[in-house]
Order: sequence, then C-alpha cells, then structure tokens
Amino acid sequence: MYNFDFVKPLNVADALVALASEEAQALGGGQTLIPTMKQRLASPEKLVSLSGISEMQGVDISGNIVTIGGATTHANVALAGAFEGLTGLAGGIGDPAVRNRGTIGGSLANNDPAACYPAAALATGATIVTNDREIDADDYFQGMFTTALEDVEIITAVRMPIPQVSNYQKFEQPASRFALVGVFVAKYADGVRVAVTGASENGVFRWSEAEGVLSTNFSADAILGMSVDSSEMISDLHGTKEYRANLVRVLTGRAVSSAS
Amino acid sequence: MPKDSGIGTSPKRREDIRFLTGNGKYTDDINLTGQSHAVFARSDVAHGKINHIDISAAETMPGVLAIFTGEDFADVGGNPAGWLINSRDGEPMKEPKRPVLAYGKVRHVGDAYAAVIAETVLQAQDAVEAIKADITELPAIVDMEAALAGGGFVHDEIETNQCFDWGWIEDNRAATDAAIKAAPHVTTLSLVNNRLVPNAMESRASTADYDRGTGDYTLYTTSQNPHLTRLLVCAFVLGIPENKLRVVSPDVGGGFGSKIYHYGEEALVLAAAKKLCRPVKWTASRSESFLTDAHGRDHVTKIELACEKDGTFIAFRTDTMANVGAYLSNFSTVTPTFLHGTLMAGNYTVPNVYVNVKAVFTNTAPVDAYRGAGRPEATYSLERVIDKCARELALDPIELRRKNFIKPDQFPYASAAGLEYDAGNYDALFDKLEGIVDFGGFKARRAESEKGGKLRGLGINSYIEACGIAPSNLVGILGARVGLYDAATVRVNATGNISVMVGAHSHGQGHATVFPQVVSEMLGVEENSIEIVHGDTSKIPFGMGSYGSRSLAVCGSAVVRATEKIINKATKIAAHMLEASESDIDFKDGKFSVSGTDKSVAFGEVAFKAYVPHDYPHDELEPGLEETAFYDPANFTYPSGAYACEVEVDPETGKVTVESFTAVDDFGNVINPMIVTGQVHGGIGQGIGQALLENCTYDENGQLLSASYMDYAMPRASDLPFYTVDHSCVTPCTHNPLGVKGCGEAGAIGSPPTIVNAVVDALHSGGHTHVTHIDMPVSPARVWSAINS
Repeated sequence: MYNFDFVKPLNVADALVALASEEAQALGGGQTLIPTMKQRLASPEKLVSLSGISEMQGVDISGNIVTIGGATTHANVALAGAFEGLTGLAGGIGDPAVRNRGTIGGSLANNDPAACYPAAALATGATIVTNDREIDADDYFQGMFTTALEDVEIITAVRMPIPQVSNYQKFEQPASRFALVGVFVAKYADGVRVAVTGASENGVFRWSEAEGVLSTNFSADAILGMSVDSSEMISDLHGTKEYRANLVRVLTGRAVSSAS
Repeated sequence: MPKDSGIGTSPKRREDIRFLTGNGKYTDDINLTGQSHAVFARSDVAHGKINHIDISAAETMPGVLAIFTGEDFADVGGNPAGWLINSRDGEPMKEPKRPVLAYGKVRHVGDAYAAVIAETVLQAQDAVEAIKADITELPAIVDMEAALAGGGFVHDEIETNQCFDWGWIEDNRAATDAAIKAAPHVTTLSLVNNRLVPNAMESRASTADYDRGTGDYTLYTTSQNPHLTRLLVCAFVLGIPENKLRVVSPDVGGGFGSKIYHYGEEALVLAAAKKLCRPVKWTASRSESFLTDAHGRDHVTKIELACEKDGTFIAFRTDTMANVGAYLSNFSTVTPTFLHGTLMAGNYTVPNVYVNVKAVFTNTAPVDAYRGAGRPEATYSLERVIDKCARELALDPIELRRKNFIKPDQFPYASAAGLEYDAGNYDALFDKLEGIVDFGGFKARRAESEKGGKLRGLGINSYIEACGIAPSNLVGILGARVGLYDAATVRVNATGNISVMVGAHSHGQGHATVFPQVVSEMLGVEENSIEIVHGDTSKIPFGMGSYGSRSLAVCGSAVVRATEKIINKATKIAAHMLEASESDIDFKDGKFSVSGTDKSVAFGEVAFKAYVPHDYPHDELEPGLEETAFYDPANFTYPSGAYACEVEVDPETGKVTVESFTAVDDFGNVINPMIVTGQVHGGIGQGIGQALLENCTYDENGQLLSASYMDYAMPRASDLPFYTVDHSCVTPCTHNPLGVKGCGEAGAIGSPPTIVNAVVDALHSGGHTHVTHIDMPVSPARVWSAINS
C-alpha cells in the first residue's frame, strides 16, 4: 500500500468537494479497493469514505418501492427483508465480514462482472440515484467495470420496484465464491425480467429471449429448450463459455422454480 | 478402570490454549531492537536473460540500507538437492545450481533477482520499485512434454530439461513388459496428479541477527526442521560454521512440507544481517507464498494394470513425468522417485512392477514434497486404475482389492516395488469398513438422490504408505545425502519435573501434548510436569525434524530410548538409596521398590538425589539425571487404510457434493486418539481439496493464473462432510519401541482416489458410461464437460 490521505465527510456535499481533487477516490465498504491498494495496484492520493454519510444509510420500503441508501451494507439490506430475491442475494454475498463492510453503492459503482448486485439492479429495473441525476439500470451498466457514472458522482441511493415474485440463483466460483454465474429473475405485472451476472465478457446483461417466454409462461419448463449465445461468455480457469451458457439456462430455470 | 493419562488417552492439546487465545509466538511475532526489513525484487516473467540490474536510483531512496543482487552471491554455494538420483543409464541427475538470488537468468515468475534492505517495509517496497531490471524475456518452458522435446532450456548449462530418467526397479523392466504383453486383460489410464500450492496459514518468514562481538548468527525462521536448515545454509550455501549459527523456529503455523526446505530468503537475511550488523527481517506476503513456496504433486502419468480375467493382478507399469520446476528444491528428487515408485505395488501381491519417472525442469516454481509426498501420487494412479479395471471386468471394487491383498500370514512381505512391509492386515480394514458403512443401503440412497435429480456414487479405496522416514543405511544406498534418524534428550530436573528436548518440530501435530504422554507412561510422572522443548538448535539435540509422518515413529522412539536410559540410571540411584541390589529394584507407577519388601522411594526423590548427591555413590555414578538418545529406524513404517465415500453429482451443473466419508486406518498403536482423529480429518480435508477444488495453474507464458485465493480454491468447512474415522484395526509396527506407524499424511493419501472413484461411479449410474476418468480437481465445469463430451 502507498501512503494516502483519508477523509470521512458527513454529508454528500462535503464528499463531492473532497472528491473534486485529482487522484481522490470514493470509498464504500472497501471490499475491492482496499485489497487492490494493499497489492499496490491502485494508488489514490485521497480516500473519501462514504460510510459517515447518514443520508446514504438505510432501507426504506414505501408502497411498491424499496429505496436503499448507497452506503447501506449488504448485511443491512439482507436484514431489511424487502423482497425475497434481494434479501437472498444480499445475504449470500461473500461472508459475514464482507457483508458487514461492503455496500450496495460500492458494488454497483465498481460493476465487477461477477458481482451479485448488478443482477438485482438490472432485473428489477432499478433507478440508480446519484448526487446529480437518476439513471435507469438499463442505461447504467456499460460493460465490465464500466458504468454511466461520471468521475465525481456518488450513488446516493438505489430504488427498486418490488416484484410480485423474485429469486436470485448464484453458482459460486469455487475459489472466490463470487458468482461464476448468477441469475436474478423478477416477475412484475407487466412482465418478467431476467438479469445475468458472472457470465458475460460484457458484464451483467438481460436475457431478453427468456424474458419474453417467461412473461407468457412463468415456469422453468418454458425455457428448457432455450439456450443463450455462448460466444460472448467468459472463459477462464473455472469454466468454459459453453459451461457458463449452460449455467445461465439451468440457473434461470431454478430461479423461476424458486421464485416467491 | 480406564486409564486417564498416558499412552492411549486423549488429553486436550495443551498448546491450543495459547494458539486459540492469540498467544502463539510465530517468527513474524519476533521483533528485534534495531531491525531492518528486506523486500525482494521478483521476476514478473517466467524466463528471461538478466542483462543488467540498475540499482543506482533505488540506492538513494529514503531509508535504504543495502541492496543485493545475484552477483553478490555468485561465489557462494547453491542450495542443494538432498538426494542423488541416478538415471536408468547410470548417469547421475542434472543438478544446476540454485543460487541465493537469480544470476544470469530468471527462471520462474517470482524468482528473486534483488533484495532491498531498508529501515521500513514500505521504504524497501518503494526502493524495489525503483530498481531497473533489464531482462530480455525468453520463451517460457511450461509444458513438460514440450520441455522434454527441447528447444529452449531452463538451465542452458545442462543442455536438457530432463533432470533424470529413473527406472524402478530397472531389473524388473523386461519381466514387467513381457507380463503385460502376455496378460489376458490390461487396463490403461492416463491421468494428471494436479499441482498444488501448500498454503500454510503462516507464510514464510525469516529474521536474522548477527553479533559482531562474537561472530554468532541467529536465524529465526519458520521451519519444520531447524537443524536441517542450519546444515544446508551453513555447509552448502554461506559456509558459516554450524556452531556459529543458531536456528530458532518458534511456533510454526502449518507447513505441509513447504517448510522442510531451505530457501534463498534465509541466506539473504543472514548475509544482510552480517553486512549491516543489524537484524534483518522478512515476512512473505501471501502473493509471495503462492509464487515461491515449493509447490506439490504435478505428475502426468500413464499407468497400466495387467491381470487375469478373474482379476488376479499380474503387473503394474507406470510412465510418469514429474515437474520439478525451475530449480531442485531439497527433497524434489526423492519425492517422485523413492517416495513414489517404491509404493507402486500397493497392498497387493502383484509380482511385477515397473515405474519410470522422468523429472522435468520447467519455468515454474520449484515442486517438492507436499503432505504425502509421492505416496499420494502412487496411490492415486494405482487405485484409479484398479477402479477402472473393476468396472471393465464387472467385478466388485472391494472384492477385486481383497482378491489381491497381501494376507496377514504373509508378513513380513517383500513387495515387488522393493520394500519390506513389516505388518498389516488389509482384509481386516475392509471388514471394519464394511461394518461401519451401510453398503446395503446404498441403492436406496442412490434412488433418493435420483428423485432429487442428482446422481449418487460410491467410491472405494485402499492405500499403503511408507512413513517413519527413514532408515539411514537404506536411504544412503538409495542416494540420500543425509541420515534420517532423530534425537531426544530427557532432562529430569532436581525438583522432579522434566524437560524433553526433541529434534522433531511441531507445525500443528501436537508434539507438546503427545511426547509427554509417552514419557509420563514410562516414568509415572504427571504429564503436566513434562515440558517439550523444540525448534531451537541451541537447546535441542541434532534432529531431522518433522515430515514424512516421522515425528512419533522416529523421534518418539528416541524419546523412549532416552527415557529408558533415565530409568536405568535412576534404578541404580534408587538401589543405593534403598541399600538394595539393583537387580532387586522394581520400577512401577513412578516408584522404585525393593522386591518383596515395602521399602520404596519415589521417582522425584531419586531425581533430587541425582542433583543433590550427598550420600551418593560417586565412584560408580555421575550426578545428574539427563540422557540423550539418537534413534535410527530399522525400516519404514507402513500405515494402511480402507476408505469409502459417497458423493452426489448435480448433472445439470456438474457440482459434486461429498455426502459421507469413512476412513478406516491402521496406524499401529495410537498414543492420543483425539489427535490422530484430528490429523485424519485434516488430511482428508486436504485430499478433498485436491480432488475437488485446488488447482495450481500456469498459462503458456508461465504466468501463475491461480496466484491468489480469488482463483485458487481452498476447501472450506462447507465443502466437507462429517467424517467417520476409525483407527481400531491395529497391527503394531514390529521394529520401533512404541509399535507406531504415523498418521499425518494418511488422509491426504487415501482420499483423492476415493472421491474420484465415487464421481465416476455416480456418472456411470446416470448412464454417462463414456466417462472413465476425470482429472482432478473434479470441478463442476470439468464434470459437466465430461458428461457432455
């Protein structure tokens, strides 16, 4: 690790001021950034912790909308129990230490192609609320580790419409226990959304063919014969493109069967 | 009344209290006044020519005290291989020098070519980044077959990448070939024994100190064998007189073999401490551990099993390439040869065995002994091919093994692979296994799994290993450059408590608990009055350390011999005190008494007399009560076992779940059953890790792909079932005083083939009969690919 300055502002405005200097970096729960810095693979001159900003904390459920503060930890999202798919997803990230440090805003801002939260955000058609604007999930995710966020922009909250039923199925990569493939299925009155993480070289994506079929017939059998194009899937030590494509189908079916 | 102490009881591990309360003391916990810090510059290419290393900018960095490069050590010795292997043609193996720091070339990613000593770790890290290394990258030699084909050489001076081409037993080659050619049935299997990273919880660490007044060095280093480290660094590398170097290994947080060896970092901190006259400390990061700890396994094998149609074994023949990495680590040449080939007859009366092993240099980290060391590789090859054979001949896998077992009345048994097994009863192990495991209910359990869409498999395995390493005369003939005895000193103090100085060194085994049980049993002194001293060459007799399941069988035997000497002398003192003839003295339960009388003295009174020798027969006896014994084993010991497991396979995802695991082992006599059970648990955990999860992988450029826990899959509690462990089948070792065999490696040896056998069985039950083998780790992706191939 290199030397760096550390500030912990108490409101979003102060955080933006602190982030305005070059080489400043926002710090959520630090579950990715801190290990990267320890390896000397990242060298921000200043870390701006967002964990002291009370307006970015907590889970609010109003009507059919759940609003999660950007600095809310996975553990607190799981505890809030907003809806089954989200609760299961948040409660299954990493281990207790990770869940009590890592935040939803940090995860979405980083957009790791194997992270869980992008699947929830995309499958629920979430709105990513920043200090400056609101971004539709469909516009937000722009490929591996790439998002619509500007340089100095903080995710202050995430709004998700609560689905009728939902489920998240994660098949763990054996080493990191990140998602080798994760599939989030959310059923709404106006249709079904299926978001897949871990599988694609382009990061989280919607499996629109499955969405179409499931929107008319919400059953695992409906997608039995379907397959997802494997050409843009990730191939690595832990699985080939074809294997990941298979998992997408299998996990989508299981998510549909388990959705409640 | 059952015993409540001594041999055969299970006192809790006394060392655990300090470990679990954060009071263990490991090498990194030692901080010396005025210490400086070493950080290494390591190659990021697998193979490269060092043109120039420019340290000029780094030298001027804040806090920098000294910088070393390979040139600084060009004139000192290399870190040697401990065992000379001769090739089939009689040629000695190739032994390129292993320098303290890379010189001329870098040969694997992580190969250290420079070291910075600075006031702080951060300053040293900064200076390392300022070193400008002009290194021309060369094509990496990674694949063993390609390496043998030539092209480029890891070590240009030897003009080959083959270290040796070893045949065992070469005189049996023709007969084995002929037997296989004529055999009614031959089962052939090609397999990979996957490369592993040891992953000791405590990373490597070394701190050196130099006393400029006396010229004495002290090296604190995490080691399984401080005396061996001292011998290697003194006699072979730096030329320090052994009596000027004290090596201290305090608590050691796991090793699994990787801390047997002497590494260049130890020599570097010693040389730096002398140059600077300041202590120099180095602690490996986890990344450095992945890149530079000696890795394990990495065999590519073709095995053939020839048998009669009824399954009677006729011959085993194997052809193996064993990766030794870029440099020969200390035990790297014996591991794939004598620790592997000699076990290739298994528990069987097979008449013909021939083993060929080609050791190959590659641009990867050195490979050496890792928990089991050669014996897991032998067991895996053999037990996988036997399982395949049973399937081909439609024979029950247990019956096929039983048919070929050496029978109890055949011991001692000279195996076709050159060992003499002293004792064993392999049928009894399977009898016990069949008593524990509900084999009859398997069909119903399989049907239940199938209802849930899963395939269920049953895996059977048996193993034998050679432990208690090793008889020096024998290993000397076979090429060992050291003896493999061990030593113990028993010091009875004046107040009756006892210090036992042992050459073995615990890195998790529980020596501090077990050795006192032995001494307590013999002397009738409470276990809590007996303290073990280990891990410090200035305190202990010259011993060879802990590996090869040898601590109890070899060092424990030395403890017994030294304690016997104590009893002999104490008996003489007691005879004087009791005014009786020595031959009339009985010693029992800590009391010396005169036969047929009520006259007695307690052991403590005798000890006191030895140190306060008033009214003492000085003309016959020396004062004091302290004895040392060296013990050199007459043979290896031969633990064996029968294992079974059940797995569930999810055919849609390929995921394997271990549902149950039963291990029945014959360890000979058991001193502490709880600790033995723990050792078996740990060994099985590691074996399941190898079978299902762990995979050390380099890409074609020699970059380590599995260089962190993000990609190297360690087994976790949730990956493991509850084990059923039994060690009640006992055939005592016939040649050591305790009748013990060793248990540290058994689980890691016996479990990998058990798991893979079970997975193949599961797939066959699902109709995937084209799958005859899946290489480890049997990951979900590999299982799915096998099903869908």
